[in-house]
Amino acid sequence: MGRRLLLEHDAVPGIETFDVYRKHGGYRSVEKALKTMSPQEVVEQVQLAGLRGRGGAGFPTGMKWSFLAKPEGVPRYLLCNADESEPGTFKDRYLMEKIPHLLIEGMITSSYALGCNLSFIYIRGEYMWILEILEKAIAEAYAKGFLGKNILGSGFDLDLRVAPGGGAYICGEETALIESLEGKRGNPRIKPPFPAVKGLWGCPTVVNNVESLAAVVPIVNDGGEEYAKIGVGKSTGTKLISACGNLARPGVYEIEMGMTVEEFIYGDDWCRGIANGKKLKAFVPGGSSVPILPHYLVTKTAAGDDRIMSYEGLSEGGFATGSMLGSGGFIVFDEDQCIVRNTWNFARFYAHESCGQCSPCREGTAWMEKVLHRLENGQGNMRDIDLLAEINKKIEGNTICPLGDAAAWPVAAAIRHFRDEFEWHVNQPIESQKRNYGLSKEISFATNI
Amino acid sequence: MSSHVHIPISERHSEKPVFSPEKMAEVQRVINEYPEGKSKSAVIRILHFAEDEFGGWLSIETMDYVAEILNIEPIEVYEVATFYTMFNVEPIGKYVFEVCRTGPCMLVGSDNTIEYIENKLDIKVGETTKDKMFTLKTAECLGACGYGPMLQCGKKYHEHLTKEKVDTLIDAYRAGNTNIEI
Repeated sequence: MGRRLLLEHDAVPGIETFDVYRKHGGYRSVEKALKTMSPQEVVEQVQLAGLRGRGGAGFPTGMKWSFLAKPEGVPRYLLCNADESEPGTFKDRYLMEKIPHLLIEGMITSSYALGCNLSFIYIRGEYMWILEILEKAIAEAYAKGFLGKNILGSGFDLDLRVAPGGGAYICGEETALIESLEGKRGNPRIKPPFPAVKGLWGCPTVVNNVESLAAVVPIVNDGGEEYAKIGVGKSTGTKLISACGNLARPGVYEIEMGMTVEEFIYGDDWCRGIANGKKLKAFVPGGSSVPILPHYLVTKTAAGDDRIMSYEGLSEGGFATGSMLGSGGFIVFDEDQCIVRNTWNFARFYAHESCGQCSPCREGTAWMEKVLHRLENGQGNMRDIDLLAEINKKIEGNTICPLGDAAAWPVAAAIRHFRDEFEWHVNQPIESQKRNYGLSKEISFATNI
Repeated sequence: MSSHVHIPISERHSEKPVFSPEKMAEVQRVINEYPEGKSKSAVIRILHFAEDEFGGWLSIETMDYVAEILNIEPIEVYEVATFYTMFNVEPIGKYVFEVCRTGPCMLVGSDNTIEYIENKLDIKVGETTKDKMFTLKTAECLGACGYGPMLQCGKKYHEHLTKEKVDTLIDAYRAGNTNIEI
């Protein structure tokens, strides 16, 4: 096992309460920042740490913070993006459920750094029970003087609120999240202006993922330089990986960036290989929107090197032979899985979740779903495979937000690496219907317990 | 996205829904969490409250009532209620089983789970049992990918489902035991 900065105490009984959390070193970063550091010094430590956004895009958090406009007399807002909805991703849920105070601590320290006096955690509506856990923890933090007026006598005031969504993947996009927090439909905004200039209620706003904000805690405690020593190259620190699919031991793991994919999938401390002794067929390392890779590109890159768990390592080879770290939603497929069926399943997800604002996405995702559905059911033809590529090109880059790209990439990658499987569905219409039916019948319930 | 709010008159709430004084205090607390003049931000949270209080779904009357509380136009509530998939704008069963059907759950057998529940309750996805006890729905990724197959009912997640667990779950809910831990 590597070092654990975020989940070190996740198994401690009662860690969800203030007292136990505090006993295990909790809220030190708030004391350190508010008593001994200027807000700018906190920002500098986060920049030194090289922390990159953990929600999926991997944009440097310190740089995002430095863009925040600071006009006189205008409030600024820090929003925590807890709208975790990317298929394959369940790390933020684990963190908030087990150690809610870690997120709250990260938000207090980060709000201080950014000069925000009112911050929000926007959490997906389905996680309503976690919202209750967070509100309970927030009430404790108020009672202990870590939230509210004049925190620890520093003169810094902060109110922290939790707001639920209503079941919309798109609200994980930061401008859609802001719209939703304003009590509207989650339609992404045209950028610019960026939220750093005009965000919530027209004020400068920073939106960060749960894990990014939690990572601010060890960064401030140990210093940015110490944090940057963990990891490899521009992928510093630890990363939460939510491993799922046909793994022997799925779950949420904290890894030091730089370990090999092979160790992560097969290591005894980690996922312990593929469930039921089956063989690996493919994986999607960063949530449903990143490209799928076939087994021969999982543990090795196209150049024959070991594939590394890091932003650069997983994207080694570009879209031709690589993928992306994304959100850390690590989905593994065993030899029995049908790539066409899975591609259709993901396409259906995006068609369902498109907000409908941009025609290329609204129409394109629905077309892709239809075409893939008929291929999957043995009713497609060869032209359909190329048609998918054409629709892809019409969506990609032609929409306000990245949902269109997120829908297009996995389809393109599936065809790139598994074209033979798509063609098999065209050539064997009856077999492919039977196969899929038989396939889903064969999978017993809960193969991974 | 659900796309329309046409509801037959007969299926509207017959009386104007009103929050109990206790619930109203909670509603006020939520509204007060936002800066002055920004109470519209509370709409999603209050719609969740309203669903819990008024039969699990949002009638026109309920939505109008929420608009009145927040001092906004009814259309501002309708457009939100119809955008977010968690909100039901048509009457539903007492318990709604929402089974996740997205990729990672499918890989571990959610198709089978859905089919099993369909057979067990003798309804198809989207339908409600004759006794109005259960509605079966599918949901897109609920963030339980490592613990599938799973379903959500109310605020609860039921994970690592097996046929036996589904049986137990249905019996428990039928008996009114909503606190069952599975």
